[in-house]
Amino acid sequence: MAERVVITGMGVVSPLGHDVETLWQALLSGKSGIAKTTIFDASTFPTTFDAEVKDYDLSKYTKNPHLHKHGNRGSKFVVGATAQACKQAGIDVETAEPTDGIDRTRLGIYLGAGEGSVDNDAFFAAIINGWDTDKNEMDWGRWAQLAFNKMDPMRELEQEPNMPAAHIAMLTGARGPTRSCLTACAASTQSVGEAMMMIRRGDADVVIAGGAHSMIHPLGLTGFNRLTALSTRNDSPQTASRPFSATRDGFILGEGAAAVVLESLSSAKKRGVKILAELIGYGSSSDAFRVTDMHEEGRGAVQAINAALADAGISYKDIDYINAHGTSTAENDSIETKAIKKAFKDRAKNVPVSSIKSMLGHLIGAAGAAELITCVCAIRDNILQPTMNLMDPDPELDLDYIPNEPRKTPVNIVINESFGFGGQNNVVVIKRWACE
Amino acid sequence: MSSKRVVITGLGAVSPLGLTVSNMWSGLCAGKVGIDTITSFDPVGFTCKIAGQVPEYNIRQYVPKNLRKSVKLMSRDIELSVMAAHEAFSHSGLVTKGIDPDKVNINPERMAINFGAGLISCDLVELAPAVAASITDGKFDLHKWGKNGLELVTPLWLLKYLPNMLACHVGIIHDIQGPSNTITCAEAAAHLAIAEASQIIIRGNSDYALAGGAEAKVNPIVMIRQCLLGRATNQNNDEPNTACRPFDADAKGSVFGEAAGVVVLENLEIAEERGAKIHAEIAGTGQSNSINPQYEHIEPDGFGLQIAIEKALADAKIKPEQLDLIIPHGTGIPGDDLAEAKAIENVIGETITEIPVWPTKSMLSNTGAAAGAIDVIAAVCAMNEGKIPAAVNCDKKAPGCNLNITNRTKEKEIRYALCCSYTYGGQTAAVILKQPE
Repeated sequence: MAERVVITGMGVVSPLGHDVETLWQALLSGKSGIAKTTIFDASTFPTTFDAEVKDYDLSKYTKNPHLHKHGNRGSKFVVGATAQACKQAGIDVETAEPTDGIDRTRLGIYLGAGEGSVDNDAFFAAIINGWDTDKNEMDWGRWAQLAFNKMDPMRELEQEPNMPAAHIAMLTGARGPTRSCLTACAASTQSVGEAMMMIRRGDADVVIAGGAHSMIHPLGLTGFNRLTALSTRNDSPQTASRPFSATRDGFILGEGAAAVVLESLSSAKKRGVKILAELIGYGSSSDAFRVTDMHEEGRGAVQAINAALADAGISYKDIDYINAHGTSTAENDSIETKAIKKAFKDRAKNVPVSSIKSMLGHLIGAAGAAELITCVCAIRDNILQPTMNLMDPDPELDLDYIPNEPRKTPVNIVINESFGFGGQNNVVVIKRWACE
Repeated sequence: MSSKRVVITGLGAVSPLGLTVSNMWSGLCAGKVGIDTITSFDPVGFTCKIAGQVPEYNIRQYVPKNLRKSVKLMSRDIELSVMAAHEAFSHSGLVTKGIDPDKVNINPERMAINFGAGLISCDLVELAPAVAASITDGKFDLHKWGKNGLELVTPLWLLKYLPNMLACHVGIIHDIQGPSNTITCAEAAAHLAIAEASQIIIRGNSDYALAGGAEAKVNPIVMIRQCLLGRATNQNNDEPNTACRPFDADAKGSVFGEAAGVVVLENLEIAEERGAKIHAEIAGTGQSNSINPQYEHIEPDGFGLQIAIEKALADAKIKPEQLDLIIPHGTGIPGDDLAEAKAIENVIGETITEIPVWPTKSMLSNTGAAAGAIDVIAAVCAMNEGKIPAAVNCDKKAPGCNLNITNRTKEKEIRYALCCSYTYGGQTAAVILKQPE
């Protein structure tokens, strides 16, 4: 008999707050976490603003900040998010002798985590030292000389994308199945979905799932700007993220981490911990279409939505809210709308849909898990988060996007959808937990 | 309800020993070492000047005509995975759009893809002109980069470097529409990808899956990282054949390389129904964490790896003494090798004197996210031929290492084979293969 999977802890470090309640209240007040870039001087880039984690103090969340001192930004954020989630779920951290009743070989980790940034000083200086502009070739000896001199081994290691998971293993002593994936913007919905499957299958009783990412650095911003994926509305950062609007012009690069504790129902009952919500379904697919674009009709997205609903054993009619991927790019928002119309048929115009990227920006690898957390809050409070900045709706996009104001309404079953660059589509279904 | 079983029905490998599985296996049998002085850049100034390099290839041969434009967007990691995927499907009997669009015999929605991929390193030569346009007083000027340099970066640049692009390109070529994941757990990634793909089939979300891993580590940034971390050997640059010495008393570090390994996994019932050639069965998998404040190394007693192996054995429902072959991670990094040896010994106990242990990195080099997959393929070849090739470069075992390293070729029936791996960052993995019935 497959285990049921529930959520027993949540934590977040984000541009709108370093804990779940702060983030949630900010979203309900329509607050924006988007502002001028301060992490580095982006003033001459096509996009000069982003969504940054501000004033984050790792030592608030760990007794041993020195263990994480080499961590990339994502690693440091996820330590804080995980510490919060574990506290809520009653999981002991930073001890060799936990008394929380959890067999560590059955405590797993699954993150959608991104790479760390290069060490800009060393990276660029080495290229400059080695590059012969006349011959148009690299003198590798000169490159290596400076690189060996300036690059720090641990700083280099911390660029590897599996590092955030390493930090969580150190924090929690987890010895269960551990994976880290990086399916772009779908990564932490995928990690949550696959973590759910680990528990269903009985490979773990508890899995810390979530995401961690920061691409707010010169090469990251360069890459996205060259793809023309980002908004360039530099004169108005707070209104720039306008999903489903006629004047949307791209997403806003954000950073952060989100962690949820997923647990088998039997483990949660045995430990007597409070259950926040239940994960009842997961669906995953690929577009197999184009490297640069989503499938024009949202074929893969529809497939994933349908698979998630089938996995949950429910119909599209049972869904009270769709947390959209809603990146504010021309392409995503229109294709996502098409996909919702196909999957939700006669109900499409009645199911409320919103994108919190309108306020939070796009946390890339961490987006899915952060959005999942807001879905749990929506169910708990029977309030739906709005899509902000929806002042001039795109006439072709005619769903109910909960424009500009949160909405009080019964919320019981919700889907969270994430569509990654490269065509990976992941959808999870979250349900209100009624005491059983 | 009976549980589904997962078998391997296709193999593809591109490695320093050649462009096919057959090249790789015959090289391994002959004790050939695919490690040589680095040729893709001048390794002067590097402490490790050697690597495992894939022979020359023409990627265009592996990409259908209508998709050839996408070759421009392929980093080397992606190219290797495209080649290995092509081979894996070619002999499997499953015809995808990429093999022959007129004879497709699979349902694309029921095929999953799950690849291990590494951090794809920036092509510095490609970026250099943009950097050169952003210099003030000999130093990098971020202001100038935004104004001038950035424009010189090709628009689709970032797409070459996203790790999920391996699965994306292969998925487009072969029209794979089921679940797609990219596991980024470095040297354990391929085993984890194979394990997860098996689980996707067992839970009924797919009937078949393409699983494995690829990584191209022979570039300056990766090489310098491994040198700085002290993981790459600085010895034997003049005798590359002898440089990578897993479990040997004279081992001084690993040697890195590039490869891609891909297997076609399939629901046994479906494979039997279509009369597929079954190479091996995935009997069990296990995963865990090594926990070490110095997380660039595995913990000294290898406990996290021991747990992964024990879980795989439990999953396969076999006892350690039933193993006929172990292909360890065996990097040539002395402390790590010893930890792995201890972990394996703790699991298999007295049978340590009997069970043959065959490290392959001495010949294949350490290919990161590809390593686990090419090891699984090597194990399958050994199983299919009833033969374990001799280990290479292990002349005298390191003190404390009690593993039965195969020092000569052994003819042996292999019913069960264990492949295990671990990585910096701590993830550990084990996969147990079973001979087909």
